[in-house]
Amino acid sequence: MGKFNKNGSKEVPELNTSSLPDLIFSILFFFMMVTSMREVTLRVEFTTPKGTEIEKLEKKSLVSYVYIGKPTKEFRSKMGTGTRIQLNDDFAEVDAIGEYVYQERESMAERDKPFMRVSMKIDEETQMGVVTDVKMALREAWALNIVYSGGKRQ
Amino acid sequence: MARKKRKVPGLNGSSLADISFILLIFFLITTSMDTDTGLVRRLPPPPDPNQLEDDVKVKGRNVFVVQVNMNNEIMYYYGDESSRVSKAGVQVSELREIAKEFISNPENKPNMPEFHPADPPLPILGVYPVTKNHIISVQTDRSTQYEVYFQIQNELMAAYNELRDELALSKFGKHYRHLDPESDEALAIRGVYPLKISEAEPKKYGGN
Repeated sequence: MGKFNKNGSKEVPELNTSSLPDLIFSILFFFMMVTSMREVTLRVEFTTPKGTEIEKLEKKSLVSYVYIGKPTKEFRSKMGTGTRIQLNDDFAEVDAIGEYVYQERESMAERDKPFMRVSMKIDEETQMGVVTDVKMALREAWALNIVYSGGKRQ
Repeated sequence: MARKKRKVPGLNGSSLADISFILLIFFLITTSMDTDTGLVRRLPPPPDPNQLEDDVKVKGRNVFVVQVNMNNEIMYYYGDESSRVSKAGVQVSELREIAKEFISNPENKPNMPEFHPADPPLPILGVYPVTKNHIISVQTDRSTQYEVYFQIQNELMAAYNELRDELALSKFGKHYRHLDPESDEALAIRGVYPLKISEAEPKKYGGN
């Protein structure tokens, strides 16, 4: 009789998988964290200069970006290799900066507006003429808090 | 003879959630959020169109001018026309010491900024002599390279930071960067050495 006994007393019990969702969630969170959520696709190339007196910018929501550099390879045939300005997702001219600042400011909470900052990510090789024009445009648009973006030099 | 029952107990998985949370928190902390860094500056407000001349008269002894030409060569000058000190072909690294001497004017030289008693009085330090009217102006040509401009700004910032550090060490025994930026000590230090790097529009100047 005993050899037909199939009540499974010797079976290895099934693996408990009730915590598998947790594992999956943690992996998911991990990938959410390491994926940099860049809001714009860069169309210009730039290497920002390095300095010793660099400050960290708090509160990312207050910062708007202006990119200045040479067009990336895929746009070179269309835009040439001269210095270009990028606002949001597209190339822009200096006159568009006023409108851009206005839109960025409108999308902010009322109490944050005076603390708006414009971070300028400018390529080292850029000539100051372009930088000066951009600065004048920012001044006209009352975006007075500016940042010369750059990394830390050891 | 009845066979001995050897039921393997089920794996207790209730702590797996804790392990995954620990993992999650670990990655939360170690992943850098790619914060932006840079030199922070404030531009002057746009000029008033009704104002005919926006040239504010500044005494010559209060102005320190750094000029960079199209070949990225640096020169500086300061002082009145009678006692002007100027030097061409300057290295970026030399600017820090000269700017420090100009801002603090330790020997009270007549071609460096004059002292005024702090008004309103500074917290803690009270009525302290301050070179509050000094201005550092960086003028560039349109074809100057941005890298050079950035390094000059960096050196000038370093001059201010070193002066502030020295004062904070002698008065409060602490580095300026270790003070709470909103504290009275930090306010006093900033009152003695206010950041006065002019971001005004570039002037045309001859020779370039």
